[in-house]
Amino acid sequence: MKRKLWLTILCIVTALLQTAWPSFLQIASIRPNLVVILTASFALMCGSRTGLLMGFGTGLLLDIFSGGTPGFYALIYAWIGFLMGYAYRIFYDDDIKTPLLLIAGSDLIYGIYQYIGTFLLRGRIHVFFYLRRIIIPEVIYTVILGVFVYQLNFLINKKTTRKYF
Amino acid sequence: MNKQKKSGKTLIGVVTVICVALIAFSIIFPEGTDPVSSVVRMAVTPLQRSMNRFGNYLSGLSGNLSSSASLKEENKKLQEKVDILTAENSKLVLDKEELQRLQTLLDLKNEYSDYDSVGANVISKGSGNWYNQFTIDKGSNDGITVDCNVMAGAGLVGIVTKVGPNWATVRSIIDDDSNVSAMVSTTSDTCIIAGNLQLIDQGTLSLVKLMDDNDHVHVGDKVVTSNISEKYLPGILIGYISELNNDANNLTKSGQLTPAVDFRHLQEVLVIRTLKNYVASTDDAEKDKAEREDSVKKAAKAQESEAAAQNQEASDTDLSSADVNAPAEATQDNGAEADAGEDVDVEAAQEAAQAAAQAAAGGQ
Repeated sequence: MKRKLWLTILCIVTALLQTAWPSFLQIASIRPNLVVILTASFALMCGSRTGLLMGFGTGLLLDIFSGGTPGFYALIYAWIGFLMGYAYRIFYDDDIKTPLLLIAGSDLIYGIYQYIGTFLLRGRIHVFFYLRRIIIPEVIYTVILGVFVYQLNFLINKKTTRKYF
Repeated sequence: MNKQKKSGKTLIGVVTVICVALIAFSIIFPEGTDPVSSVVRMAVTPLQRSMNRFGNYLSGLSGNLSSSASLKEENKKLQEKVDILTAENSKLVLDKEELQRLQTLLDLKNEYSDYDSVGANVISKGSGNWYNQFTIDKGSNDGITVDCNVMAGAGLVGIVTKVGPNWATVRSIIDDDSNVSAMVSTTSDTCIIAGNLQLIDQGTLSLVKLMDDNDHVHVGDKVVTSNISEKYLPGILIGYISELNNDANNLTKSGQLTPAVDFRHLQEVLVIRTLKNYVASTDDAEKDKAEREDSVKKAAKAQESEAAAQNQEASDTDLSSADVNAPAEATQDNGAEADAGEDVDVEAAQEAAQAAAQAAAGGQ
């Protein structure tokens, strides 16, 4: 129960940080995607169920905070959590490559989803521009930040789990 | 493990259905989900505000580290600029006085300068890299409503799209989804200023559909919000033209515009509480006048025809009453004919109607 409370707080804080990311921490006006880091790392550490629930919750909060179409982010983050949860069986404590790879893959999926859902449908067809200018830089920044944030998430997960396995 | 995986699959199905239903619901009823999101956002606004304050504090710390030499240099430059501007200002004050005097002479009211406005802080900046929307920490409690114009410094920032008691969402003009009806201040030629994500690196917006048949518009001209816009108040500075080309159709021009506002370092904005009153625009007033004149004429005509009808009525009362009833019967007959025959044209139908009317009159 206590663990659930902690994870809920983590979701809220991540969604808040994502929407209030200060501009001086943007690189080339690109923000990292903290929600992808959160969703992918918990999916890896705890499996599909936790991953998709956290992705759904954080995505829904993001939908509300940003004033967009409710359900849009919730859908993609839930699916990211679900799909990345399949890596649960290859999860090892001291492995940092797998989570980073998962974070990169997740952010790429998110970027393509966002492009198709909101830009391609409005007739913006320069896919390579958006890939080069938005999606790939975001993946790189997210992975670099993911090195640290994953460790933090790992610690939070370890402290809130009663039995350490 | 096995059980967990299965429940995960069921859960993703449920979650997908919920999300798709939510998206569909919000598309069908655009304001249907507002009450829920309004309550949540009202609760998190103080949190966002304090987080933003902390971020500003941190960025202030990093700003303090810049060397004093560069600051001195900057100070010197700014001092020079102040001198130039002071001289310019004194001249402008004289001009303004003259303008006011002439305006009072001509009985014009000063409509651009005195909008009722309120300052607000930017507390949250959307959710990612795709949109340029932000949230401010004032809302309907401070008199802000949807479609309020938002300014910063000298220029237009955007427009309020959603509003709650203590927050409001603003879509900035550099957002890929934004279109502003604008005009070139020197020639009053209208154009559209559209946000474009592909131009963010140049720091410009795209300018399209500029009607400039006489080639009077040049690079560097000032672009302001147009007076035919439905939502934007007229005369707010948007920016300066930085590039201009002929379109392929040779009728309109398009190009790029450098905005007057620094969108990267937006912290405080000014929300104009005065809404554009589209109905009361000058064009419509003229239309109203024309309509009123028309109706007066019509009334006069109606009186005349009434008088004529009364004269006629006096001469043959029976026939006019028959005429009134006849057309209804005639059209019914006619309809039956049209069903039977293949292509009965309108003239034939009218002839038939007249014949039927005559027959009816004769019968009476």
